[in-house]
Amino acid sequence: MQPLLNLLGPAPKPQRLSLAEWDLVVRQARRAHVLARIAALVQAHGAWAAVPPAPRQHLASALALATRQQRELRFEVAQIARALQPAGVPVVLLKGGAYALAGLQASLGRMVSDVDILVPHECLADVETALMMAGWVHTNHDAYDQHYYRTWMHELPPMRHLQRGTVLDVHHALVPATARARPSTQRLLQAAQALPGQPGVCVLAPADMVLHSAAHLFHESDFAHGFRGVVDLDALLREFAMVPGFWPELLERAAALGLQWPLHHALRYAQAIMQTPVPPSTVAALAPSVCQRDWQHRLRDALYLRTLRPDHASTADAWTPLARGLLYLNGHRLRMPLHLLLPHLARKALGGLLPKEKP
Amino acid sequence: MSTQRRLSSLSRPQLDRLLCGEGLGIVIPPFVVRVRSPIPVVADGLERLYSDHLLAPHDGAGFFDFHVAVEARRPWFRPLCVFALDDRQPFTPLAQGEAFALFEWGLNWCVTSHCHQWISLHAAVLERGGRAVVLPAPPGAGKSTLCAALMLRGWRLLSDELTLLEPGSGWVVPSPRPISLKNASIDVILERNPGCVLGPVAHDTQKGTVAHLKVLPESLARAEERALPAWVVFPRYERGAALQVQPRAKATTVVELARNSFNQHVHGRAGFEALVRLVDACDSFDLRYSELDQALAWFDALQPPSPAGVS
Repeated sequence: MQPLLNLLGPAPKPQRLSLAEWDLVVRQARRAHVLARIAALVQAHGAWAAVPPAPRQHLASALALATRQQRELRFEVAQIARALQPAGVPVVLLKGGAYALAGLQASLGRMVSDVDILVPHECLADVETALMMAGWVHTNHDAYDQHYYRTWMHELPPMRHLQRGTVLDVHHALVPATARARPSTQRLLQAAQALPGQPGVCVLAPADMVLHSAAHLFHESDFAHGFRGVVDLDALLREFAMVPGFWPELLERAAALGLQWPLHHALRYAQAIMQTPVPPSTVAALAPSVCQRDWQHRLRDALYLRTLRPDHASTADAWTPLARGLLYLNGHRLRMPLHLLLPHLARKALGGLLPKEKP
Repeated sequence: MSTQRRLSSLSRPQLDRLLCGEGLGIVIPPFVVRVRSPIPVVADGLERLYSDHLLAPHDGAGFFDFHVAVEARRPWFRPLCVFALDDRQPFTPLAQGEAFALFEWGLNWCVTSHCHQWISLHAAVLERGGRAVVLPAPPGAGKSTLCAALMLRGWRLLSDELTLLEPGSGWVVPSPRPISLKNASIDVILERNPGCVLGPVAHDTQKGTVAHLKVLPESLARAEERALPAWVVFPRYERGAALQVQPRAKATTVVELARNSFNQHVHGRAGFEALVRLVDACDSFDLRYSELDQALAWFDALQPPSPAGVS
């Protein structure tokens, strides 16, 4: 995996790769949704010509798609802002959409297939109505799923625009209502920053953006985008660390929002996988938020270092399926207490056998 | 290139060993593909239809555009097969008898979803005298039958399914692969050309009975040669219909090409402009036919548009 990591690092050296290494890099990167990012980074470093013609075609293809997605994203965000104007709610972008519109390094070659926004819980009904008036509809008509999302999740079921087919995720919290940590959406929205030149569009403050990225990644069950999540975190941390006072502020914010353990994991694994420069004192300050015993550290590393990789045969060992399986269960445990989780999983497992309820 | 071996140089046991083991590296222009499959019908199809294709250089330092597999599932009851690009399985499994057709369809998917350096159109494309004819058509319009008949009549096949258009230059990049024939057209082509080579026949697929026709060696040998389109023809087979040709307006031709494109939206404005340039440089027609010979004679008489005629 080293050639892949080098290409995603701060100084990609594509000229050093053999064709056989390119072969593997393209497969791993395609699988992990970072092929376009490699293309963008290589171009940004003026090393495009050093990529042999065969792999270059695939980089160009992925970059064309990511570029198009970001272009559509900008249009889509403007439409969402317009739709929410009557409700008096600003558009607070999350994840890829935020990185792209804020022009962050993390947006270089970032694929963005849907838009994620954060709105205050009390405005949810107004937002939903305003969006439906403007053409976004719910695609999931299963009554149980709708109930599940609305009662337990931190977002509405995905909405799709009738004409354009674009998908919008409306979040009202960073993590599900049932998770142990429940960061206050209100505090996040208060600190959100307006984007210059884009009326009605905001992104989270830098520290909050990192915390959301971390919380999102480590509350995950399916780590199909896990590696990309680490790449995002690496890019955010490298860029924000240039601003003096970032690290203390990040710690303070993590404490205020109760997101110390996801931040601990984010820093530890960004450092371990992407060599992200993180002050040792920052990691040390977060240590009390996680289980401390040596075997616990080693177990966690064994699980996360296997799971936060591209999901490809070449990066797996005999323990990878077990590690992924355990973190899958752990993700569910984090999001839902057992007395909710077990009936939910049973229902999903038996899904096809149960009679369909009408929504 | 001349020192490279062709697939026909492998014995069947050698072919089987590669397909079941490390994979068969094969040049399927403009790609190099590594294929694995334990299913005999896949080996049958490759042996029959890809015998003239070059093997990928076997020095272990190669780059493959796609690592694909057609894997066997559920051997004990109505065996299934599943297509995989690397570890990803984009389709639901099919009956194992369709394994070779699934390989072809899977490869089409690899191109349409991973090759945005080109605008890919769902259209056949053939060349004669340096100029190409593009044949977009919905399934059932008789595109593949016409495409096969044109190739067997001396037109050079660039592709039966995927017209790969370079957005900047307007050239079409050849990707000659076996032509997918369905139902009655299998017999139509066989009767007209008893010597032609067909691959395994898959019965009861979603598209009915499917068999692939081998690309003629002349088309394969010139797979590096791009071509500029001169005609866009929308064929429509209609039982009993007299040959009827109608010139098409350029505007609706652009719209129809865009509708038949897999990824024109990825290219945005540049994609739209590339289609406009293509149509501008071409004469476009609707062609209704029932007699293949009549249609072929019409194609024989096609003259490239004069540059002065470009509006």
